[in-house]
Amino acid sequence: MMGSFKPAKKDEEDGGGNPYHNVDKTSVLQEARVFNDTPVNVKRCTHVLTKILYLLNQGEILSEKEATDVFFAMTKLFQSNDLVLRRLVYLGIKELCGVAKDTIIVTSSLTKDMTGREDQYRAPAIRALCRITDATMMLSIERYMKQAIVDRAPGVSSAALVSCRHIMKDSPEVVKRWVSEVQEALVSDGVMVQFHALGVLHQIRKSDKLAVTKMVSKLISSGLRSPYAICFLIRIVARLIEEDEAGTDSRLFDFLEAMLRHKAEMVIYEAANAIVTLKRSSARELAPAISVLQLFLSNPKPTLRFAAVRTLSKVAMTQPNAVAACNLDLENLIQDVNRSIATLAITTLLKTGSEGSVDRLMKSISSFLNDISDEFKIVVVEALRALALKYPRKQSVLMNQLADMLRGEGGLPYKEAIATTIITIIEDNPEAKEKGLDHLCEFIEDCEHTTLAVRILHLLGREGPRTRRPARYIRFVYNRVILENAAVRAAAVSVLAKFGAQCESLLSNILVLLQRCMMDTEDEVRDRATYYHAVLSTKDSALIHRYILNPPQYALASLERALVQYLRTDTTAAFDTKTLPTAPPPQEEKKTPSIMETASRPEERVVPSHEKYAEQLAAIPRFARLGPLFKSSAPLELTEAETEYMVRCIKHTFLNYIVLQFDCTNTLNDQLLEGVNVVVEGEGWEVEASIPCPSLPYSQMGSCYSLLPIPEDIMSTTGTLSATLKFKVRDCDPASGEPDTDEGYEDDYTLEDVEISVADHVQRAARSNFAAGWDELGAANELEDTFALAAMNTLEEAVAQITQFLGMHPCDRSDRVPDGKSSHILYLAGTYRGGHEVLVRAKLALSDGVTMQLTVRSDDPEVSEIIASAVG
Amino acid sequence: MTGLLNPTLYMIKGIAILDNDGNRIFAKYYDPTIFTSVKEEKKFEKNLFQKTHRANAEVIMLDRLTCVYRSNVDLFFYVMGASEENELILVSVLSCLYDAVSAILRKNVEKRMLLDNLDIIMLAIDEICAGGIPLETDPQVVSQRVALRMEESPFNDQTVTQVLQSAREQLKWSLLK
Repeated sequence: MMGSFKPAKKDEEDGGGNPYHNVDKTSVLQEARVFNDTPVNVKRCTHVLTKILYLLNQGEILSEKEATDVFFAMTKLFQSNDLVLRRLVYLGIKELCGVAKDTIIVTSSLTKDMTGREDQYRAPAIRALCRITDATMMLSIERYMKQAIVDRAPGVSSAALVSCRHIMKDSPEVVKRWVSEVQEALVSDGVMVQFHALGVLHQIRKSDKLAVTKMVSKLISSGLRSPYAICFLIRIVARLIEEDEAGTDSRLFDFLEAMLRHKAEMVIYEAANAIVTLKRSSARELAPAISVLQLFLSNPKPTLRFAAVRTLSKVAMTQPNAVAACNLDLENLIQDVNRSIATLAITTLLKTGSEGSVDRLMKSISSFLNDISDEFKIVVVEALRALALKYPRKQSVLMNQLADMLRGEGGLPYKEAIATTIITIIEDNPEAKEKGLDHLCEFIEDCEHTTLAVRILHLLGREGPRTRRPARYIRFVYNRVILENAAVRAAAVSVLAKFGAQCESLLSNILVLLQRCMMDTEDEVRDRATYYHAVLSTKDSALIHRYILNPPQYALASLERALVQYLRTDTTAAFDTKTLPTAPPPQEEKKTPSIMETASRPEERVVPSHEKYAEQLAAIPRFARLGPLFKSSAPLELTEAETEYMVRCIKHTFLNYIVLQFDCTNTLNDQLLEGVNVVVEGEGWEVEASIPCPSLPYSQMGSCYSLLPIPEDIMSTTGTLSATLKFKVRDCDPASGEPDTDEGYEDDYTLEDVEISVADHVQRAARSNFAAGWDELGAANELEDTFALAAMNTLEEAVAQITQFLGMHPCDRSDRVPDGKSSHILYLAGTYRGGHEVLVRAKLALSDGVTMQLTVRSDDPEVSEIIASAVG
Repeated sequence: MTGLLNPTLYMIKGIAILDNDGNRIFAKYYDPTIFTSVKEEKKFEKNLFQKTHRANAEVIMLDRLTCVYRSNVDLFFYVMGASEENELILVSVLSCLYDAVSAILRKNVEKRMLLDNLDIIMLAIDEICAGGIPLETDPQVVSQRVALRMEESPFNDQTVTQVLQSAREQLKWSLLK
């Protein structure tokens, strides 16, 4: 047994001086038997336990049985009073408690240590104990925890507070009862204690904005000592300022500004960062923060320079002028030894610099591009994109630079960023189109990323046929069919078909190429080739429009559900695609957050998808027969924020019905609501059924529904409904949530009106080729009218308003108004309830307000009429 | 949403000590959402080491983490935080880690010494960061809280001959290598 030290000595020679180099799990677990010896051999046990902890840290996984065995053996070591050994045991408990069983066994030993006289034990014992204790067991140690929070020793107090914060992740309720102790700890002398106490207190009060505001104003006037606590307070204050749209308490902002003069750099930076990140900061308010950051730029500490330039580059995205004052300092940083700092300095300069400096900056970029990580290369690419949009005249220089970068080394996200940037430039500037397409064509000749190749092919299919010489692209596309994998081949076939559909001169050649594709080894490719060949051979323009240029876009999940339902009925009648919801086109693609942006935003409320709603509603028997869900509106707040009851309304449109879903939240912790219902009334609308929410306890969300048939007359399908929340209140104990009485009383609460607008009857639809769709729909049901939109001051505003009001989708990127134009044409596409296709062309002119000529085409005269009347 | 920082105590995403080949001596990640497996962690560490072992630049952004670092002889110390985290707070944690280790190892910050005192070092890291929350940032306090053995160890009342003896031993070992 004693010999085990010797081989360890020898191993260290092999392991380059690492005595743990050859430690392996089986032998260490064997050695752990030494834990059972009495009296405890402190030296050996310490050594073995360290080995176990080392193994766990290296990522070795113990099975449940192994972990439990070690855990139980370890409990024997409580007999020894050696300080190091005892504390290693605490570490072991924390490491193993996730895997081992019955860890509660050590509770009494730890409780003893936690309440004992030995300060060295108490703090770590508290932390270990809170790891193995669940909410129910917490009650038994509650008394000790309360004492520990206000303990004189800062270490003990911090340990207790930090444990509180950990516990709150699973059971926030327990800690809420200790709020007065936490408050006491907040005025402690300990630097870290104050920080931890503030963190716990904020977590307790987070959902109660009034309490947070009170806490903050008290802390601002009393002042905190700990720089960490002040940084934390700055974050809370910044949030408060941001959330209050209306006039903010100026004391909050004054506090941020005062912190710019704090003596700790960490606090100064935190305050400066908060001020520049606040959206509402004016140029005057920004100035002191920017000059503080400017000072940091020439600081000898790299981290300070880094922090400052990172923040400035963020500001430069939105307010380049404010940062321009730092240009000189930034230029000095281009040569910084830290490449990250240099990159950020350059990208910031690209945003703030003048047109003349572009060429020079380009040169310095290419000199160090190879030294930096992909993530920073993406930052550079993003900066180039912004630059290209800002200085169209420099686009050829930039395009060449981008093409060079595209040929260089790099991973998929980097290449994708470059391709996206080139695509943006192409879309922004028609003159750059052909050159950009050439670069992309060249790139896909040697592109290893399938997704990117497919994306570029899709772009070629959209833009290529409309260029002057579409024929030149065919070679690149057909090369893909010969050389690439199945996914790319299939995409290439679709692109060929798009060329064939739009360029008559090429059609016969395309048909030949498609015929060759029919021999492909992959069935998807063969299927596409056959399908397109068949459609193109008819030379029927209507057919080609409908099935190649603007193919129907059903929501696939709904299509599947509808088909399953159809197969259950008797299938003599043909399947009607009119009632199917079309898939709303994907929202403007969300940019993958670059490293400069916040990576995680856990608090953002997730809006459930169409599918989710459809499932939820179908699960309610009363609504099961309504047919497929056509559209769900975005949630609409019917109450002000921070009121007693919060209600949101979601409008679900079916073929002949509207279902109003009311998501209600009760924010009073001394009330339990029962039989919650929202009563809606409006002219021409009748509530056919309503489903109340049986019980609504504090802070939980419950839903009630109203079912309304849509009036027959299409012109009265819009209107305003008044809404009242009706319920029965039962007072209850705030702590337990148990009602005090059996009897309640009726009450009601007036909500804001629910508006049912044209947009609720229209689903957005994409048209990849608006002009073709417009011609095909024909002028049969065309309506045209002219409006004066006096309230609008800019074309952008008008475009956004009209799009939102009609609930339709802008096509051909017509939602972007080029700078400095005084007229614009907006193309919108949508599907009206019942599957009626609607297209809208709005010609806008700016002159003392906006004048609009609106032309509506659809396959139903009444639909055209209601859309045209909607705007007026 | 805004780019404002979330008020949270959980400011540290990870702490690592690597040797001069980029191998892990100690590493702990406090946010399970960053890396899903030990394999990914080690891949990240290799990558981090490669990017940092030559340039002594103190801070780098990698895989959406801000990493501040410091090295001595054959050891590399890293503290990681979210990409938008206040770098100066991370640096204060890093300095505490480094200074505490230096105090524990009596200024001999090198791999061999660190491994010989790995138990104390692990205790020190546990005192510096509790599950992602900076627990203590004063290196003196940290080393006092963990350097328990030092007071008891016979090291303090070693005679001059004993010290010479052990120095000779150590020299012999280093020559034998």
